[in-house]
Amino acid sequence: MSTVAELSIAAPEARKAGNWLLVATVILLCVWVLLPIYLLIVNALSSPEEVTAFPKRFFPSFDFGSLSFFINFAGVAKALWNSVLVATLTMLLSIGFGAPAGYALSRFEFPGKETFRFLVLMTRAFPLPLLALPLAVMFIRTGLDDTAIGLALVHTTLALPFAVLITFSLFSGIPVELEEAAWTLGCTRLQAFRKVILPLALPGIAASAVFAFTISWNEVFAAAVLTIENRTLTAFLLQSLGESPLYLKFAGGAALVIPALIFIFAVRKYLFAMWGIANR
Amino acid sequence: MAEIVIKQVAKRFGGFTALHSIDLTIADQEFMVLLGASGCGKTTLLRIVAGLETPSQGEVWIGGRRVDHLPPRERGIAMVFQNYAVFPHLTVFENIAFGLRMKKLPQQEVDGRVNRTAELMHIEQLLKRYSGQLSGGQRQRVAVARALAMEPDVILMDEPLSNLDALLRLEMRAELKGVLAASKTTTIYVTHDQVEAMSLADRIAVMHQGRIVQAASPVEVYRNPAARFVGSFIGNPPMNFIPATKTADGSWTVAGLTLPGPKSDKQTIEFAIRPEDVDAGNEGINATVRVVEPLGPHTLVTCDVEGGLFRAILESNATVAVGDHLRLSPKPDRVRWFDPETTNAL
Repeated sequence: MSTVAELSIAAPEARKAGNWLLVATVILLCVWVLLPIYLLIVNALSSPEEVTAFPKRFFPSFDFGSLSFFINFAGVAKALWNSVLVATLTMLLSIGFGAPAGYALSRFEFPGKETFRFLVLMTRAFPLPLLALPLAVMFIRTGLDDTAIGLALVHTTLALPFAVLITFSLFSGIPVELEEAAWTLGCTRLQAFRKVILPLALPGIAASAVFAFTISWNEVFAAAVLTIENRTLTAFLLQSLGESPLYLKFAGGAALVIPALIFIFAVRKYLFAMWGIANR
Repeated sequence: MAEIVIKQVAKRFGGFTALHSIDLTIADQEFMVLLGASGCGKTTLLRIVAGLETPSQGEVWIGGRRVDHLPPRERGIAMVFQNYAVFPHLTVFENIAFGLRMKKLPQQEVDGRVNRTAELMHIEQLLKRYSGQLSGGQRQRVAVARALAMEPDVILMDEPLSNLDALLRLEMRAELKGVLAASKTTTIYVTHDQVEAMSLADRIAVMHQGRIVQAASPVEVYRNPAARFVGSFIGNPPMNFIPATKTADGSWTVAGLTLPGPKSDKQTIEFAIRPEDVDAGNEGINATVRVVEPLGPHTLVTCDVEGGLFRAILESNATVAVGDHLRLSPKPDRVRWFDPETTNAL
């Protein structure tokens, strides 16, 4: 009898403690992620003098001195252009190869399908630094070194598994009967895809494209190893920021992080879908 | 004019045989229902006719043309799917017009046909809506209208009513029958619902484990099941079966009652009778009443006969109580006999 009473008292207390633990963990994780971003933004939006000053202001002064200095810094514009070019190429290549693979995975049964899906993921387990040296040698031999397309190929390798998996879950979510109905109504396989599947999948494909863009945009290692003249923004910043002043680092960091954050935020729904988590 | 001929069609998925050499001819403008429990191969057969599945062997002919190697769009068919498959990114109008646009019909003709079929299916006020704004029943109507607008030779329907609620199903059933009869198309209709099959079909093909057990008119399938499975699957409650032992040539003893029957060299065969085809009287099969269910128009009585269950439908004014001993006499012209080994009718 007494044990029952104890249990019934202990249960809500244990739940309360659990709740506190949950809340504390959530706050810790938020701080972990948000604090660097906050500091980055505050400092990027402060004047160069304020960045090095102490104590810090809680709200930025919205002084664009640091940012305008960064934009006008020699080489930034070209690096920015290179980043956009490589990221766009990566986006086109990974959707061009990834979407058909995702479609095939969702619609056809073929031997080795599970192995293929597994291998797609395994490509991510292969460390890039291990590949960098042979890749650089090979690129120099074929003349792909220091070109946008060469770097885009490497970035495509990184982005492709995600493109395949996102589009796979996307196409799997579209009932096959819609396609079959289109066939019985006079469509060829290609027409059915274009008229029925593509309009339904387009938002998701766009999301997957944006994600590939972001992967390329953020990638620094391959970019630093494989380019010299035509540096992307990440590689450029890595190279030149070592000796540049603090406020320039913050402005450069913000210029990299904020577009990536906005892109990922815009496509978050589809990234959840990739891992099979139902959104909403 | 579209007669459908299915010749020795078989389908294997790996080691599993979904269809064993099916032969079936469906006459022009006939309403053929494929009836069977889930997994019997009825949907697979329909999809083979549609061209959505390739047969492992055999031929499919539609309107005198061999079609088993043609894609669905070249077969002159239209199909209605179980989950309707109404395109969510198009309006109802564009859904119905979809196939017509693929045929590159002039706009005027498209408008005419869409409005005509929409009117026929009572969805003319929904033409501007999207599928997300429709109820299940309305989506079903759009799917049927889309198929009809194609003016196909053959309409294939895969359990089109099974996702609707009971009342709507009843209403749509009657409507479909009228609309399809007027459209003069040949129809293959797949269902697991025997009432739907009985009420719609010109002919029912009862399927079991990848074979067609019987293909005949609804009344014939009900009255003269070709195999034990048909008798036990069709009818609610199903047929009663009692073992019969030979007493003399062409004479059999069934639960204490001696009846004239087929000549056979077997010592035991099976006696079968529908629940409504027995009368309670002074002589007949010995039965002990277990459950009495008054259903209004009649009373369903479940009895024990020789250790097995036996259901009888009696007049509702019959006074029967649990534990009563009844003598049930089968109507002689309604008695059927089955071979216990082949399960075929004798």
